[in-house]
Amino acid sequence: MTGPGAESGPGPQVGPWPETGARPLQEGIGPVQPGLGALTSGTGVAADAGGLEQHFEETIARDRRIEPRDWMPDAYRKTMIRQIAQHAHSEIIGMQPEGNWVTRAPSLRRKAILLAKVQDEAGHGLYLYSAVETLGADRADLTDRLITGRQKYSSIFNYPTLTFADVGVIGWLVDGAAICNQVPLCRSSYGPYARAMIRICKEESFHQRQGYELLMTMMRGTSAQREMVQDATNRWWWPSLMMFGPPDGQSPNTEQSMRWRIKRHTNDDLRQRFVDMTVPQAEALGVTLPDPELRWNAERDHYDFGEIDWSEFKRVIGGNGPCNAQRIAARRAAHEGGAWVREAAAAHAAKVAARAEAAA
Amino acid sequence: MSSSDMSRDMSTTGMGAGSDVSGEPRSNWPLFEVFLRSKRGLNHVHVGSLHAADATMALHHARDLYTRRNEGVSIWVVKAADITASSPDEKDPFFAPSGDKVYRHPTFYEIPQSVPHI
Repeated sequence: MTGPGAESGPGPQVGPWPETGARPLQEGIGPVQPGLGALTSGTGVAADAGGLEQHFEETIARDRRIEPRDWMPDAYRKTMIRQIAQHAHSEIIGMQPEGNWVTRAPSLRRKAILLAKVQDEAGHGLYLYSAVETLGADRADLTDRLITGRQKYSSIFNYPTLTFADVGVIGWLVDGAAICNQVPLCRSSYGPYARAMIRICKEESFHQRQGYELLMTMMRGTSAQREMVQDATNRWWWPSLMMFGPPDGQSPNTEQSMRWRIKRHTNDDLRQRFVDMTVPQAEALGVTLPDPELRWNAERDHYDFGEIDWSEFKRVIGGNGPCNAQRIAARRAAHEGGAWVREAAAAHAAKVAARAEAAA
Repeated sequence: MSSSDMSRDMSTTGMGAGSDVSGEPRSNWPLFEVFLRSKRGLNHVHVGSLHAADATMALHHARDLYTRRNEGVSIWVVKAADITASSPDEKDPFFAPSGDKVYRHPTFYEIPQSVPHI
């Protein structure tokens, strides 16, 4: 077994020895970054910006992760903050459509499962807020941006959950699409984001399977239940395809994001992968996907599918989906209604700390 | 929490992209870093962070957030503002002193093949 330097450090075979002495320690302590905590990313050092940029590019090129206090271009930081914040907001808003059915779940088993799933969505949001804070963003500020409509979340959560079958279809299609999107993000170049995605992907697998199992159970039920599953599938199929974002030709950020290895695949690639995965699952379930143009293309070795209604996507993203106002109002009410709890806890903590100080 | 704690917390949780906007009050719960021992025999490992009013609440939140599926048997939480970290750059000369001490590695020493168990 060799020493710890197997990857980048010096092994006995590397480097002149003993001619080169160790450099004095005091020379080596990194630049101080006033005003920033130890674990939060800094703004980097202005001096030698060219060298820093080159080091950043090399780190990306070698497929290494960028970590919070590394120097990074402002545009990279801004892109990461926007992407992670939108992702976090999506998880938090994503609690609402399914939370709608917690009190009306048809059995204790389904209620316990649904509660666990909604709690996971909250957890995913918090992992992601934790990751975005390492870039210097402020969590309270992000919440404020969400409830004032200055930052977006996934358009999929602006659709209503009309029946209990929607809970199953969200698990199957929406979480299935999310997994397609998120698995490559586990190798995203920003370390804290990639690590949050690994944790999230492990849990999403439960989400998708519980949804599919719920639907299988309903498909074994009455004809009314089977119709509910088909109806929910019809309503969620196209919005699920829109989750991958605009087509590659209209996605101006994709190229830069792929160069920085924030993204690993284009929107259209991921969408195709999702369609290919989902068609056999629909067949096994016994539902029809609402697209007359959907058919296997042996030449391409993929399923062909119909044109997505991008005007609907733009309308919903622009704030005019069926539930946009309701989702934001609920988030705002929860945030404002919880203010006194946060204040009381802070006051209590201050009192306890003061008492402990006085006793010392 | 003293006012100096508050200012440290603000500096840790960031100079956010828009901390100047909106007159909304900021969360005054400090940021805690969370470390988990996933099972006996292993070290605690950093898993993320969270906000809490105090350390006890941070432990409870850490349990709810990071151990929903038995991922841990022990949790440490520490205020992020209390952590001192080295500079992250891997080329940082901070780590240079160990760079040329190849004699610290067992492979530095040549031992004849014929000598067993060494």
